[in-house]
Amino acid sequence: MTASETIKDTALPRILVFSTNNISDPGVDLAGSAHLHYSPNVVTISVPCSSGIRPSLIEYALQEGFDGVFVAADGEECAYLSDCSERTARNLATVQQWMEAHHWEPQRLRMGAICSVCAESFVSYVQGFSHTLAQLGPRGGQDHGV
Amino acid sequence: MSQRRIGVYVCHCGGNISDYVDVEQVAREIGAEEDVVVAKTAMFTCSDATQSEMEDDIRQFKLDGLVVASCSPKLHTLTFRAVAERAGLNPYQYTQVNVREQCSWAHTDDREGATAKAERLVQAGVARTRLTEPLVPLKVETVPRTLIIGGGITGLRAAIGLADIGIEVVLVEKEREVGGWVDRLATMHSSRQRPQELIAGLREAIHHRPGITVFTEAQVIAKGGTFGNYEVTIAVRRNEDHPISIHVGSIIVATGFDVYQPELGEYGYGIEGVLTLPEFQEVLRESEGSLKYHGRPVETIAYVYCVGSRESEDQGDAHTYCSRYCCTATVHTALEVFKHNPKMRQYHLYRDMRTYGEYELLYSESRKKGSRYLKFAPENPPSIQKAGEPKGEHLTVTVHDQLTSNQELTISADLVVLVTGMIPRENVDLVHTLKLPVGKGGFYNEIHPKLRPVETVVDGVMLAGTCQNPKTAAESVAAGLAAATQSASILKKGQVQLDPQVAVIDEARCNQCGECLSACPYEAIASRPLTDDDKGPRRYVINAATCKGCGGCVPVCPVEAIGVKGYTPDEIRAMIDGLLREVVAPV
Ligand SMILES: Cc1cc2nc3c(=O)[nH]c(=O)nc-3n(C[C@H](O)[C@H](O)[C@H](O)COP(=O)(O)OP(=O)(O)OC[C@H]3O[C@@H](n4cnc5c(N)ncnc54)[C@H](O)[C@@H]3O)c2cc1C
Ligand code: SF4
Ligand code: SF4
Repeated sequence: MTASETIKDTALPRILVFSTNNISDPGVDLAGSAHLHYSPNVVTISVPCSSGIRPSLIEYALQEGFDGVFVAADGEECAYLSDCSERTARNLATVQQWMEAHHWEPQRLRMGAICSVCAESFVSYVQGFSHTLAQLGPRGGQDHGV
Repeated sequence: MSQRRIGVYVCHCGGNISDYVDVEQVAREIGAEEDVVVAKTAMFTCSDATQSEMEDDIRQFKLDGLVVASCSPKLHTLTFRAVAERAGLNPYQYTQVNVREQCSWAHTDDREGATAKAERLVQAGVARTRLTEPLVPLKVETVPRTLIIGGGITGLRAAIGLADIGIEVVLVEKEREVGGWVDRLATMHSSRQRPQELIAGLREAIHHRPGITVFTEAQVIAKGGTFGNYEVTIAVRRNEDHPISIHVGSIIVATGFDVYQPELGEYGYGIEGVLTLPEFQEVLRESEGSLKYHGRPVETIAYVYCVGSRESEDQGDAHTYCSRYCCTATVHTALEVFKHNPKMRQYHLYRDMRTYGEYELLYSESRKKGSRYLKFAPENPPSIQKAGEPKGEHLTVTVHDQLTSNQELTISADLVVLVTGMIPRENVDLVHTLKLPVGKGGFYNEIHPKLRPVETVVDGVMLAGTCQNPKTAAESVAAGLAAATQSASILKKGQVQLDPQVAVIDEARCNQCGECLSACPYEAIASRPLTDDDKGPRRYVINAATCKGCGGCVPVCPVEAIGVKGYTPDEIRAMIDGLLREVVAPV
């Protein structure tokens, strides 16, 4: 490990993934089992259902230091709620309004359907997201809504 | 000042974790964390030796929290909950941190990055564990009886399976007879018996089992109670004014499928001689000797595959999925037709042949016997017209065959059979009564198709057969038996434990706005008057036995009064902090 590599790693955007126990977690696990690589600055918090994520928690994650938040939604596969995607999208719309009001770039929040075998799409989502966030540059300009 | 006493165990997993993550460093650094009383590494945390070491530590250090950083929670959550329980620690005060699937294995190219990530993940686990409180599962006595809804082949086989294990069965079928689709088929592959004989045999078997009660022309109209002791109300057509009330421990939904019904004009449907596969099977069933349709002899048949299956996304209400059963069912039907007339000309117009597994043998045999296969492109489907001249043949089929450089071929046929797919059966009332999770394409969703293939999130309500997705009869029966086994394994114990990780309302925070009432699809949230005055102040409560812990109600509350235990906003904020905090190496 050289000094320059350390700098590269810490410079990688920090991404928080909200993932679901039954549907998207197995997909994220599968990516690891297949040794598909993605940025180690991508970390996951698992919840039962994406529709249960309070907007304030996403806002908190951004305020406290994550460069972007990715919500891995169950979509139509959700075992709890047939309107899971709509509910999740409604909650995220609230976050988007908050982001706009506090001058956060809208690109810092993403949602995508990740199913239990979606290893490759998970990796391509988060790598693409990492890339977008790196191009946006560091958080800073925005009034953080605190 | 230390408030909690947490033990942390970081796993090498042989080398699966430690080859890519410096586990010693992770343990060392987390050991310096406030509230962490003991932090160790182990070659295999799941080994008996480490399990008993953890138990000893829990007792010796009087731990009130446990963090295991090893593999995915899918694998050993129950193992470590049991460790906690054996040592007298509440199992819900343990947190599993996934440093294998979501760390070492995903970052085999970056030891430094993986180690830093593992440290943050473990910090988050400790932060969450700090806020855990002891949770106690609700224990419910179970009734040793299962309700099966739907008497198709799936429900019938499940009923026999359960009765033979010693669980009573109440089977509710809405038609006059049990049997479902199989009873209507002319022929079936992978069964030596004719379909009607097969169903007659199952009816007989049910008749001989006193533990099975069958209600026909009946429907389930209400469900009350909770897992282990549901009270269901059954309305029987002959006696509608006197619904029957029965207590059951579990419910298996086996309500089956419907067949896609083409629109008039779709592939010529509506023209005399253009039939769906079930309609053709009926013709076949009624034919003795040579095949005739409306008195005319049939000498040429064209089958058009994938009608109502694998439709393009752009169509509204598209059936985008493959119906699985139809390729094989058609190839098999064509083989039966050869028995009527070995000289029959049979053309199969297909997109892809999906006679999977051993059914490939049927496909080969049908080609040997003379069936011809022509492959069309979905964007260029065959067209079917009434023949101009009323000669012998009746219909003209035009197709561009991809196997002969897209040549346009014209077939004169006596019959065209549209190989129609499976669609979900309409059951609006039942979906509402049982709160069934309707998923992709309208079929019902199990928790996970591979890991928990017959359970739903509603405890004790299981799914089996073609109500889940298209299946052959054999696959449906396998699901029926799986649901029977699952049901028996629950009910044989005599009592069940309900997951305590459900939503609760913090009454100190709740401002009685009532927003949450309509947010729960399981009707788990209720409001009760606080005083005798029905219009006076109310309290809002969540029924722990009906709540599924999805958290759908959580974002609805304007004052953050609702949280799912184990996933409260405070716990999630603590994890976010843990994930962001730079690890400070101990001096
Ligand atoms: C033309 C055709 C050919 C086929 N050929 C083959 C073959 O060769 N080999 C093969 O393996 N499979 C074949 N299949 C598939 C096979 O028919 C199905 O796999 C099988 O019928 C599935 O059984 P099931 O019990 O899940 O559903 P179903 O057969 O649909 O039975 C469901 C039952 O539930 C009842 N029900 C529905 N709703 C309610 C309610 N609300 N209350 C009470 N009762 C209710 C229905 O009345 C019905 O009796 C074929 C299917 C078709 C259409
Ligand atoms: S967590 Fe889900 S099931 Fe429980 S009360 Fe809230 S919405 Fe209903
Ligand atoms: S939404 Fe929140 S504040 Fe309103 S009644 Fe429900 S728990 Fe109370």
